[in-house]
Amino acid sequence: MMVNTGTGGNWVSRGQQGDIDEDGTKLYDQRVILRLLSYVGPYKFPVFLAMMAVVVYTGATVAIPLIIAIGIDRYIENGDLSGLNTLAVWFGVVLVVHYAANYAHQVLLARVSQRVIYDLRNDLFRHLQDLPMSFHNRHKVGSVMSRAQNDVYQLQEFLDIVVLSIGDLLSLSGIIGFMLVRDWQLSLLSFASLPVLMVIIWVWQKHARPAFLRVRVAISQVNASLAENLDGVRVVQSMNRQRTNMGAFDELNDHHLQTNLRAQRLASSLMPVVEMFMSFSLAATIVFGGRLVLGGTLGAGQLVQFTLYIQRFYDPIRSLTMQFTQLQRAMASGARIFDLLDTKPDLVDAPDASTMPQIQGAIRYENVSFAYEPGKEVLSGVNLDVRPGETIAFVGRTGAGKTTMAALVSRFYDVVGGRITIDGHDVRDVTRDSLAKQMGIVLQEPFQFSGTIMENIRYNHPEADDEKVYEAGRAVGLHDHIMSLPDGYETMMEERGGNMSLGQRQLVSFARALVADPRIIVLDEATASVDTQTEQLIQQAIGRMLHGRTAIVIAHRLSTIRNADKIVVMEKGRIVELGNHDELVALGGLYAKQYELHARLAAFGAKRAYAPANEFDDEVPGLAPA
Amino acid sequence: MRRTLWRITKLAALEKGRLIIAWVSLITASVLFLAVPRLVGNAVDAAVGAGGQGDSGDLVRLGLLVIGVIAARSIFNYGNLYMAEAVSQRVAYRIRNLLYDKLQHLSFAFHDREHTGNLMSKSTVDVEMTRMFVSMGLIRAGQIVLFTAGSATMMLLTDVRLALISLAFAPIIGARAVWASRRMRHMWLQTQIEMGKLTTVLQENLSGQRVVKAFGAEDHEKRKFRDQNQQVFSRTYEVQRAQSFNTSLMQIVFWSASGVILWFGGRAVIEGRMTPGELTEFFLYISLLVQPIRMLGFLVNTFARAASAGERVFAVLDADSPVRDLPEAAPIGEVRGHVRFEDVSFGYTNREAVRSVSFEARPGQVTALMGAPGSGKTTLMSLLARFYDPDDGRITIDGKDIRECQLASLRSAIGIVQQDVFLFSATVAENIAYGREDATMDDIIIAARTAQIHDEIMALPEGYETVIGERGVSLSGGQRQRLSIARTLALDPPILVLDDSTSSVDAGTESRIQDAMAEVVKGRTTFIIAHRLSSIQHAGLVIVMQHGEIGEMGTPEELIESGGLFTHVTELQYATSLNGVAAERAGATARRSAAP
Repeated sequence: MMVNTGTGGNWVSRGQQGDIDEDGTKLYDQRVILRLLSYVGPYKFPVFLAMMAVVVYTGATVAIPLIIAIGIDRYIENGDLSGLNTLAVWFGVVLVVHYAANYAHQVLLARVSQRVIYDLRNDLFRHLQDLPMSFHNRHKVGSVMSRAQNDVYQLQEFLDIVVLSIGDLLSLSGIIGFMLVRDWQLSLLSFASLPVLMVIIWVWQKHARPAFLRVRVAISQVNASLAENLDGVRVVQSMNRQRTNMGAFDELNDHHLQTNLRAQRLASSLMPVVEMFMSFSLAATIVFGGRLVLGGTLGAGQLVQFTLYIQRFYDPIRSLTMQFTQLQRAMASGARIFDLLDTKPDLVDAPDASTMPQIQGAIRYENVSFAYEPGKEVLSGVNLDVRPGETIAFVGRTGAGKTTMAALVSRFYDVVGGRITIDGHDVRDVTRDSLAKQMGIVLQEPFQFSGTIMENIRYNHPEADDEKVYEAGRAVGLHDHIMSLPDGYETMMEERGGNMSLGQRQLVSFARALVADPRIIVLDEATASVDTQTEQLIQQAIGRMLHGRTAIVIAHRLSTIRNADKIVVMEKGRIVELGNHDELVALGGLYAKQYELHARLAAFGAKRAYAPANEFDDEVPGLAPA
Repeated sequence: MRRTLWRITKLAALEKGRLIIAWVSLITASVLFLAVPRLVGNAVDAAVGAGGQGDSGDLVRLGLLVIGVIAARSIFNYGNLYMAEAVSQRVAYRIRNLLYDKLQHLSFAFHDREHTGNLMSKSTVDVEMTRMFVSMGLIRAGQIVLFTAGSATMMLLTDVRLALISLAFAPIIGARAVWASRRMRHMWLQTQIEMGKLTTVLQENLSGQRVVKAFGAEDHEKRKFRDQNQQVFSRTYEVQRAQSFNTSLMQIVFWSASGVILWFGGRAVIEGRMTPGELTEFFLYISLLVQPIRMLGFLVNTFARAASAGERVFAVLDADSPVRDLPEAAPIGEVRGHVRFEDVSFGYTNREAVRSVSFEARPGQVTALMGAPGSGKTTLMSLLARFYDPDDGRITIDGKDIRECQLASLRSAIGIVQQDVFLFSATVAENIAYGREDATMDDIIIAARTAQIHDEIMALPEGYETVIGERGVSLSGGQRQRLSIARTLALDPPILVLDDSTSSVDAGTESRIQDAMAEVVKGRTTFIIAHRLSSIQHAGLVIVMQHGEIGEMGTPEELIESGGLFTHVTELQYATSLNGVAAERAGATARRSAAP
């Protein structure tokens, strides 16, 4: 019923077509169902109540044809009008019970299934929070979203069907049981064909399964192709590829159509089979039941009752086979969800982790090595000492290891070799939470959550009062601008910066860091150019933000670099030069060369600027690209 | 709503043959459906011997007839089911193709506006809704009508009074179903709004994961998510409760009809106005109505959803691309590469991007475009390739207004290396030959060599046959860049546009790209969107863009001599650092003057 109009729809799950392996999926099925059942566990009591309601519902369902039969055999045949009246009253009572039980079991089961989904979503989200940064780097937001949304949605649909089917299935068995008691010979005759039907359905699903899997693969190919075309539409148009692409897409689209039609033929073919079996049951009841009536051993009403039961009997079988695709999808989705839930967060607190005491801000890198992928070291044996309150500027070209150096301090990743200590505590020996609470990180790309400016600045610090937020706003020079907005601090941040420029949004994230009042601040300076006025604000704000704190800066601004207590020049995962600006200029190394080039540029009005002179870096003072 | 549904119907009407088969099967199956209760009723009469002596031979005959009728019915039913699906799948196929082609022809302006995710959801969810309308609304809906009318007729023929009494329930159930589905729709909408908020929380959390981790805000986020999750739960549960209430009620109303039949019909049988078999028929006819009535609410929903989904789909299909061939457009022909911008102005929907730009690039000349981000460099190039049309002024190539040339011929004359390189999930060779399918392997290798990427391709596991892109081997930024250059070179375009963004590239690679470019620009009218001074060394003309206008223009030498703006640009590019240097110089001057 629910249309999933969230980001993307089902298409995000492209690249997940590996699950066509049939034996594999069967194993999944059992595992997935067991896992799902473990989610039902906490709701034993409502499930128990629901089952009681189902039993009552089944009783009422069976009772209705029974009352009709009694009416015909006992009263109508004998012309007993008052008996018929009494029976009509009973009929009404049964109806009320039927209604109540029907409603109760559906509502109870719906509640449980929704709770299960709720729990599952919460678990997923919690787990995602606990997964380390390396996980989030590896997995695209889109594909994670698809699990948390589409796959959970598939399971929800599945549970909805289960809720509806449980009543049907139980009343089915109720009917069989009751008929056997009533007249076991006629019942057996009516349902003699049932085992054969079961065998046929079993054989059918063996064929149907791969057919439906193929449909899923085919549609995901169609959607992947469409998505790629949309992503690359600018290239497609500039290269005039429309016609060829149309041909390729049509092929995929047609393949899906054919696969789908084949599967539909299979799906529809089961219907006539089920109907034929129903006709056998019905004919058997008519012929043999009719003879019994003729012989006087069976009431006419009972015959009617049996025919009514047979009608009811095949309905659930029919609808269950129709739900087959959904079941399959749910199993595949379930497997993916539980796979994600089973991903181990490798950055967990050590069992004996202590709370990080108030940080003074002495940071030591001791022989630190690190690799994102085994064998590809990005830092090798780095040693660095930072004294409390110092500002350290990292410079060096892309890939030199600056960002990694900064990320390791906040323990986004764990070092591969060596160790990092803060005030003498190895960062792995303290709880992540107590560490993070005292660290502030300001990223290049300012990130804002949807919400008011107030909420964004106060982020994660509900204890900060409005005055503290204003103060931070003033400190970064944004207060007046914010107050000029219609709702002041209560203005909603617009996603694409409708009411704030890029520079202003950077200032908001500075203010956020100020409210958090961290002991250590990690700043990844933005390279994007902003207007001169904002630029001045940013420089002033940076000065305020770093003041009195240990600061690690991935620096792009010469002013920041010049003001740093230490400049760390990095190359290929090693520190090649270390010292303050004057020392490094005096040293006459890479930094000095670059700085000179720069000064020349400024002095001679770019006279020689376009001569190729780029052997150093694009991020060290001079040659940062805009 | 009616117009949209009518358009979907017209699409379905293209499958005339299949539609007719579906409908004929549907009608036949329904008639056969209606025959069964009559047969069972006759059987009951035969058994109790109403209107004569019971006959077991009659029973066998009736039994066989039941099997025969149901057998025939099931075949027609199969035909109906399958054809309904086939028609709807074909309609979906057609819509997908139409959408795909439309989307790849719509101008950049459209794609700037519409997010990929949004378009994807239109082509998946909305197409599916539209499809459902064809199978449910146009075909299976007939079943409801036929069953209701047929059952009613059969019952009326048997006993008018009892029929009227038992059918009194049908309008009530029908009205209720329609009313409920309307209300339910509203509730679902509410649920979806809450769901949307939950999605936002999740999406922001994932994209801002670094911030979350940096602030140690995991618990804060968990709470935020849990609270919204709770909202979604409450809403969904509410809808399901309403739904349960409804389905239970519908069942009960239906069963009440059986009760009424039992009571009134029973009297009729006692009074001899009716046979027991006829009474049985009544029960069976009423039970035939259960399914269609259940479906009614669902059907109303399908209509409403198809109408809104169809509207969204057609909105894309009807979208008008301003950039398209004029009726009298001719191929551009042999291009020498003489490009003129004449007083060109252009604005995106919400901001002006380029104002009164005029310049001229002679055949074979290298023109460098410089300026701060957002100053209009890339926009100028997009206008040249006619990804947008200028609001004012005109652009000519060899004297021809580009709007009078066929779009395809224009674009094949212009090769563009875009800033963010997009590679397709295909082999390296296919990616290089992307714009020129008749390229031979030799052409591909020559292009790769010129772009300085051949050796690295050969080092890949399967050389030119290595699959790259989202589902293949991942390449470094520099490799992607050079591959994109190779891809453009394979086109051998007389006009070349290079967006020289090498920020994510190491020094060695950068010099290789520079080398490649020097090779590439030979003999072509080239535009370089330059981000660094070193890349304008081949330029014959430098244009400095400033806030959408040409700030300064001339040869590099002229611009250096004139000092002013060119220096300003370099300052902008290295804005912050130069500010720092300026400050330092000011400081030094201050110190000097302060010194005795």
